[in-house]
Amino acid sequence: MAPSRDEVFEKIREVLTEALGVDDDEVVADATLQEDLGAESIDFLDIVFRLEKEFNIKIPKGELFPDDVMNNPDYVDGDRITPAGMVLLKKAMPHVDFSKFEANPVVSQMPKLFTVNTIVNYIENKLAAAA
Amino acid sequence: MRWIWIDTFVAFESGVSASAVKNVSLAEEHLHDHFPGYPVMPPSLMIEGMAQTAGILVGEARDFQENVILAKIRRAEFDDYARPGDTLRYDATIETIDDRAAVTSGTVLKNDTPIGRVDLIFSHVGHSEQAFGLPEHNFVFTEQFRQLLAGFRGKDKEEAP
Repeated sequence: MAPSRDEVFEKIREVLTEALGVDDDEVVADATLQEDLGAESIDFLDIVFRLEKEFNIKIPKGELFPDDVMNNPDYVDGDRITPAGMVLLKKAMPHVDFSKFEANPVVSQMPKLFTVNTIVNYIENKLAAAA
Repeated sequence: MRWIWIDTFVAFESGVSASAVKNVSLAEEHLHDHFPGYPVMPPSLMIEGMAQTAGILVGEARDFQENVILAKIRRAEFDDYARPGDTLRYDATIETIDDRAAVTSGTVLKNDTPIGRVDLIFSHVGHSEQAFGLPEHNFVFTEQFRQLLAGFRGKDKEEAP
């Protein structure tokens, strides 16, 4: 039976407290990984490895967290995501909520899009696809 | 050899696991300050010993083609001290290994008794990557580390005459 969203959230909460050394009560749905929970680049990799193990899935490079958007001319012009880039990003990352970002798509603000919820969405999509 | 915190390998299964020992000696200068009158092997150096054991294991698994750089200490817990006269052993196992990184788990033993657990993540940085101004050659697996592995006496060693 597929786990409920709450069950998925609990497992992700455990992964994040272990990977980031934060307390349980800091891991709330809209906490951002980088700003609120202090994740650094190596932590993103650690999180991916732990999620793969916890949920018994494979997470290809760049599927959960974007891989090198900043230097990719398909996505970026100067410091902003291009309209074509926005279309590509939304398609590649359906688990991310771009609605507020779209109005002012500055690349340096992208990390704020990655919240605990983003991971929950991704895992739910992944488990549903496998079912 | 300078910054080397393992003495020799005692087991090595390519791509799987490795064990290395380190004998704690009162001749090590830092022990006289750590601590005066009560020498104790610093846990940070036990973590380094595990990192060297696991790092060589990971590097060898991919033929030393990349620089293997310790990126994160996932866990480092110790239940006991190691003191001059003790023999430490670092047992490292590869959990995952791919192009970008490797994850290892490990046990630290003192005189064959487990006293610690050290889990690590290593990043793979290729020779061609000029990011951060890294040198082109493999600067991690210098000759001294390779000699350590070459000097390992495995079960297929020939008997000395």
